[in-house]
Amino acid sequence: MKAPDFRYERPTDVEAALALLADGDAAVLAGGQSLMPMMNFRLARPQVLVDLNRIDGLAGIAEDGEALRIGAMTRYADLAGSDLIATYAPLIARALPHIAHPAIRNRGTIGGSVALADPAAEMPALLMAMGAQIALRSTSGMREVAADDFFLGLYETARAEDELVTEIIVPKPAPGTRHGFYELARRHGDYAMAGVALAVGEAVRVAFFAVSDHALRAPEAEAALASGDIDAAAAGLEGLDFHADPNADVATKKHLAGVVLRRAWAGSSTGGNTA
Amino acid sequence: MSGPRTIFDKPNRYIGQPEVRRDAKRLLHGRGQYVDDLALPRMLHAAFVRSPYAHAKILSIDVDEARVLPGVVAIYSGADLAESVEPYVGVLSHMVGLRSAPQHPLAVDTARWQGEPVVMVVAQSRAEAEDAAELIEVDFDPLPPVVDVERALDQDTPVIHDQFDSNLAWERTVEAGDIDAAFAADGVTVIDKRFTFGRHTGVTLEPRAAVAEFDPSTDRLTFHYSGQAPHMMQFIFAKHLGLREDNVRVISRDVGGSFGIKIHTYGDEVATAAAAKLLGRPVKFIADRMESFTTDIHARDHIIDAKIGVTEEGKIVGIEFDDLTGIGPFSMYPRTSAIEANQILNLTGAPYAIENYRATSRVVFMNKNMMCQYRAVGHPVAMAVADGLVEAAAAAIGMDPVEIRRKNLLADDCYPTVTATGMKLDDLSHHACLTKLIETMDYDALRADQAAARKRGVHRGIGLISMVEVTNPSPMFYGIGGAPIASQDGATVRLDAGGGLHVSSSITEQGQGTNAILAQIAAGVFGVDLDRVRVTTGDTETTPYGGGTWASRGAGIGGEAMLQAAHALKDQVLEVAAVILQGKAEALDIVAGKVVDATGGAERITLSDLARTVYYRGNELPADLEPELVATRHYRVTDFPFVFTNGAMAAYVEVDTETGFTKILNFWAVEDCGRVINPALVDEQIRGGVVQGIGGALYEEVIYDEDGQQLNTSMADYLVPMAAEMPDIVVKHVETPTKTSALGAKGAGEAGTGGAPGALMNAINDALRPMGAEVTQMPMTPQRVLRALGVV
Ligand SMILES: Cc1cc2nc3c(=O)[nH]c(=O)nc-3n(C[C@H](O)[C@H](O)[C@H](O)COP(=O)(O)OP(=O)(O)OC[C@H]3O[C@@H](n4cnc5c(N)ncnc54)[C@H](O)[C@@H]3O)c2cc1C
Repeated sequence: MKAPDFRYERPTDVEAALALLADGDAAVLAGGQSLMPMMNFRLARPQVLVDLNRIDGLAGIAEDGEALRIGAMTRYADLAGSDLIATYAPLIARALPHIAHPAIRNRGTIGGSVALADPAAEMPALLMAMGAQIALRSTSGMREVAADDFFLGLYETARAEDELVTEIIVPKPAPGTRHGFYELARRHGDYAMAGVALAVGEAVRVAFFAVSDHALRAPEAEAALASGDIDAAAAGLEGLDFHADPNADVATKKHLAGVVLRRAWAGSSTGGNTA
Repeated sequence: MSGPRTIFDKPNRYIGQPEVRRDAKRLLHGRGQYVDDLALPRMLHAAFVRSPYAHAKILSIDVDEARVLPGVVAIYSGADLAESVEPYVGVLSHMVGLRSAPQHPLAVDTARWQGEPVVMVVAQSRAEAEDAAELIEVDFDPLPPVVDVERALDQDTPVIHDQFDSNLAWERTVEAGDIDAAFAADGVTVIDKRFTFGRHTGVTLEPRAAVAEFDPSTDRLTFHYSGQAPHMMQFIFAKHLGLREDNVRVISRDVGGSFGIKIHTYGDEVATAAAAKLLGRPVKFIADRMESFTTDIHARDHIIDAKIGVTEEGKIVGIEFDDLTGIGPFSMYPRTSAIEANQILNLTGAPYAIENYRATSRVVFMNKNMMCQYRAVGHPVAMAVADGLVEAAAAAIGMDPVEIRRKNLLADDCYPTVTATGMKLDDLSHHACLTKLIETMDYDALRADQAAARKRGVHRGIGLISMVEVTNPSPMFYGIGGAPIASQDGATVRLDAGGGLHVSSSITEQGQGTNAILAQIAAGVFGVDLDRVRVTTGDTETTPYGGGTWASRGAGIGGEAMLQAAHALKDQVLEVAAVILQGKAEALDIVAGKVVDATGGAERITLSDLARTVYYRGNELPADLEPELVATRHYRVTDFPFVFTNGAMAAYVEVDTETGFTKILNFWAVEDCGRVINPALVDEQIRGGVVQGIGGALYEEVIYDEDGQQLNTSMADYLVPMAAEMPDIVVKHVETPTKTSALGAKGAGEAGTGGAPGALMNAINDALRPMGAEVTQMPMTPQRVLRALGVV
């Protein structure tokens, strides 16, 4: 279980990192909590490893008018300690205790989770439920992609290979928005068996994780929840593209999706983090 | 029965005390010395190409590209190593009818499970060895795999070994009384159930690890080994590598857990020793986590169709079952893969007075990883089946599960007695344990809480288990069948010039605290402060000969040897003291490192003064005095094949009927392991065992697909229990010392692993019963619970 040979680069500015990515066959190292095991299992074998940890300015949480801008290298632990997150991104605050364990949260980054797009990870669904944008940069420029359009499949995203996730832009929720989050994990800190994040305000957004090959919006459930009809919302999950895993078949995933939706709704509240 | 019976007449300072073990501080300081910490001059590293198929012909192996990679020193195929390693066969003569095929360290011609080592690369570093392994092209021709245990014996299922007519490895039936008549009798209710137990493995913190060094000038192999039984491995390496046994030294320093995983003959470890011999250089092999999951032995994996008959009054009239278990493609060497089934045949229902019994077990070969003895061999299966049936019987006749146990458990005054399966039992205490359990858990209050919770729509359940465990085995376990496995152990106690004791023992330290209890026994019996005892274990060169760690035998057998040796040395020292002090040995005693007057306790001479007189100034002693400041004793169990122990446990759970999740609210264990040497260590052994049992009951399962591919080979998807989900585990003791030894200790290390799964299954089913649902398949995952409830 040793990684194959690779070249290690530790640029100190974003431009240098982008240039390395443009050369091809490179992977960036953020918190390393997923990438290092994948390399050691030889499931990931980049020629060049571009360590982002010495680049200033990629981490941090800032208020920018009606949005929060979260640097890609912001660690879970820093999100957990942030008043801005607690106030303006209460879904993230609620979900954080469920994401892995303290040691992993000390290293793991929001950008890493977004770029990895694990189907059972919380962050993609949270960003979808919050209507977030993902900022990407490459040597040829910069663009923003809505979270809804970013997560495409199993570990598959709209990010091109030479693009760096630089920021996550989270709009502040409209006053009075209800937020709910619930996940079922067999052991605390594990990737979930089923989970959901919901935001019900002017817009209604319901995003599931760990039930399909990527995080999923649930349009029928959203329509039902807009009128507060949780039964109809749960019934509206029929058409979602559920995927089995070795411990839960499609029927179980579907059933558990309904359960987490009801529980997230029951536990939802307005205002900042209450979890 | 042997040995001095007097040592517990007066208070001793250490035996029975929760002493902090000295190793704990060393290990917490990062000063442990594990095999991977070893770096020897000229050491090489091994990596293996493993079969990606469950079953495949090996058509060709192309190593050309790999051979020229920088750092590569040698590459061996199965055929290459077959020239230097005598194949092994995992059978024992007392397991009548058990068959297996010769096995090579690396597959020759055919690979028979996914993960079986096929080619070995030896290189300057592990990374280089892995690089080279990737470049080796093995042309496999996949064969149909045998993966479904229920079809393994069908006519149209391929037979894994050409020389056999079927995939049957072993079959045995045990019969007592007349089960058919008992079940047919008037007023007898017969309940039948199918119990299914998933495949588990014992996940050790430190993986399997080996460093082998060979010195061609002396023909000596030194094998640094993370394992349980150094002397057994000494025999195995000698025999199969063609060396003299005295030319093989096996050393186990610190071991990061073993659980029965590290007591078998693994091809990659034998290959490591063979490569060291062929190359004349040290070779290291450390299993990575994926290798651990695909090649560390698996266990359990039983399907059992069982019946119980019970009268209206709650008398159990008999138990009958058919057990089917799929092992790997071979029976593991040298302990065999049929012992687990045999234990299930022997132990199911052992706590109960049962006259009629019929049980059959069939053990079949499959193209999955090898199976063998993992902590509490067979016990969790035997206990869950028996007590699952007992609680189902109680429910069927409307009797409380405690009440049915009181009616059927063997009486505390019936010993010695023999079970229906022929097991000789003595010194057990089922009723005392049950009583203590019921009091400790406050059974009636729990039942009230359960009823109140039901009214709120919360489904809680109480489950019990009554247990008989095999511990302290005699030669009847392995030695009788021809295995190179010692059932006796030895201890040496030596008084050094400084007044400290150096002791050594053939039992081994796996992290469970063996060295600590050896020191406590030596200090307590001989009479020095605990910190004046140094312990050596795990080295065939420097310790007495013996069996090592398995079958909950260390404290009972190795501990007794230590007691006897310490006692003998004390006699020897007092004899010398009597001469020096011109008194009588009987009038002297040793306390806290000093020879004192037995009455009054006045200090006469320190041990250090005595030892220095003997060692430095022998001229002061009479010429006819031949002082011996070292004593060695050995001990084996003679009166019984096994010293059985017993206990009772209970779980209180809450089942979320919407999600199928089970939360363990409380867990209680009452264990009678005879004399408790160190209650802190025993309690943690029991807690650790319970946690492992919880793993088997709720989380752990090796999953194979229909092609024989293991789907969960990392810690991310083979779920072991973790702290956040674990309940408080209350541990209590009943102490009925075994009469087979002066120490009176029985084993305790496997209790929790054996008992917890059945207790949890009973608790979950107690919670589900009002809904007419039942789960008898382990692990009892959320999906299985939801299916039982008819939700999915
Ligand atoms: C035991 C354990 C439990 C876990 N449990 C959970 C859990 O419950 N929920 C959960 O969501 N996660 C869980 N994780 C995953 C953890 O949160 C990951 O660390 C995280 O998802 C990835 O973040 P990272 O910073 O470590 O990324 P890395 O491992 O460094 O990188 C991951 C991937 O993303 C790429 N990448 C990283 N940053 C960028 C960027 N800025 N731009 C472009 N590409 C980038 C990398 O090249 C790599 O391919 C767990 C991990 C472990 C080890």
